[in-house]
Amino acid sequence: MTSVAGTAASPAISIRNLFVDYFPRRILTDVNLDIPASQITVIMGQSGAGKTTLLRCMLGLKKPSSGSVHILGTDIVRASRRELNAVRKQMGVAFQGGALFSSMSVAENIQLALREHTSLDEKTIQIMTRIKLDMVNMLAAENLMPSELSGGMTKRAALARAIVMDPKLLFFDEPSAGLDPSTAAELDQLMITLKTTLRMTIIVVTHELDSIFKIADHIAVMANGRVIEFGTPQQIIASANPEIQGMLNRKPRENIVDTDAHLRRLVGG
Amino acid sequence: MRAALEKLGAVVLGWLEHTGRTFNLLLLVTVELLQPPYRFYPVVRQMYFIGARSLTLIVVSGLTIGMVLGLQFYNILQRFGSVDLLGAGVSLSVIRELGPVMTALMVVGRAGSSITAELGIMRITEQIDAMDCMAISPSKYLIGPKLLAGLLSVPLLTMVFDFVALFGGYFVGVVMFGVAEGSYVNGMIDTVEWSDVRIGLEKSLIFGLLVTLICCAEGFYMHLTKAGSQGAEGVSSVTTDAVVLSSIAVLYSDFLIEALF
Ligand SMILES: Nc1ncnc2c1ncn2[C@@H]1O[C@H](COP(=O)(O)OP(=O)(O)OP(=O)(O)O)[C@@H](O)[C@H]1O
Ligand SMILES: [Mg+2]
Repeated sequence: MTSVAGTAASPAISIRNLFVDYFPRRILTDVNLDIPASQITVIMGQSGAGKTTLLRCMLGLKKPSSGSVHILGTDIVRASRRELNAVRKQMGVAFQGGALFSSMSVAENIQLALREHTSLDEKTIQIMTRIKLDMVNMLAAENLMPSELSGGMTKRAALARAIVMDPKLLFFDEPSAGLDPSTAAELDQLMITLKTTLRMTIIVVTHELDSIFKIADHIAVMANGRVIEFGTPQQIIASANPEIQGMLNRKPRENIVDTDAHLRRLVGG
Repeated sequence: MRAALEKLGAVVLGWLEHTGRTFNLLLLVTVELLQPPYRFYPVVRQMYFIGARSLTLIVVSGLTIGMVLGLQFYNILQRFGSVDLLGAGVSLSVIRELGPVMTALMVVGRAGSSITAELGIMRITEQIDAMDCMAISPSKYLIGPKLLAGLLSVPLLTMVFDFVALFGGYFVGVVMFGVAEGSYVNGMIDTVEWSDVRIGLEKSLIFGLLVTLICCAEGFYMHLTKAGSQGAEGVSSVTTDAVVLSSIAVLYSDFLIEALF
């Protein structure tokens, strides 16, 4: 067995020997990761490193070529539809692009899961909707349609929808991309609050270094479809891996040593 | 030679997979719809969308086609001096053939294309994935009501089409050309048998199901095709595919039904 990144005694998510292909391309290579419960784990890495793909595997949306993904004790790769749905009822997801249902208003988006999975009365549903909208500072947008929202509002509405059932696990793809600093800071604070008050396990994909070091309990660094480092923020900062140092110091990808060869590659000669 | 064979094999396999996927969806949705909770409001909403909003188109085209039929038949029958058969001719062709087929084709153009586009957009913007992640079955929630509504609306629309088309024929024959009203109506009643009406109805049920099924499957499974990675362009190409495929399915199954029954 390969060495496994991660620490906690009983992880919320445990990924073993995960290989994922978008045929014929290999996207994830031998990913092993334990995500500790009730903490915030940030997945960082260059664009195209496979962060969203890894997230989709954890959501059961992308079937890996081999390997296992245990979530709260269930291997969702091999689970039946029913078992998968039981796990999914404990997860909330905010997608990279929001993925709000375009035919429903913001409030209806948030209420859908409540209406489908609970038998709460209308009044309670309304109140719960407003509570969640208030948490993301979106009360005023309750009756707007998704097409009427700005990018940041879409992200916040998606977050409100993700937490409406008070899930045990929250997945958040690129929460602060394209947000102004103060809204981004509000979202960071909200995630910390969710962790401390509701003991949510939160998995965040992000590039924003400021945000990472404010919220992360653990960081998984991805490059070229592998998890190259996992640890606490201190451990990541102290890492000797030049690629990680490059990401942390906002260095360009690589030094182009052989200029001629690079030029030839660009013109395809 | 071998390369050509391989290519042909790939195309055939692709088509088999495509067809299998579509009917698999029908099976899946049927099983899901049989399980509670049962919801009627979404079906009504889809019926409004498919049915009520196609109504104007159906009325206009039904009337036009009925009148054209009236003219055609009148011109032909007049040469043989048997304009009495006008009612019989118009009503038989409308009830057995043109009603179900034309209505289904109108629904493809009016509602089917937008069903595919809607589902395709939901697929590429991850709305279907989001629903899946909420443990709400997208096939039951999104496709179930559409299939039921298609199954119910198309026969209803066909009845409207038939009625309006018969009136169009009547208008041309009796009002414009002065065919005796009695012979038009009696010819109609005497010739059309219950089996003709039944076949017309059965056809419209089958067409309604086929059209909505194909249009739903094209959009819903968009990500499994080449179009899945082409964004907006992909949506427009699966929409075109859906219109072409479901039109062919209607015409071909019409032929099959006529040949077999
Ligand atoms: N549906 C798909 N079909 C084929 N290839 C895909 C698909 N989705 C992603 N990929 C490929 O997988 C690789 C990883 O993509 P992924 O979306 O996981 O990256 P990411 O780390 O989330 O990047 P970003 O930070 O830009 O969101 C990319 O090279 C991409 O081209
Ligand atoms: Mg991504």
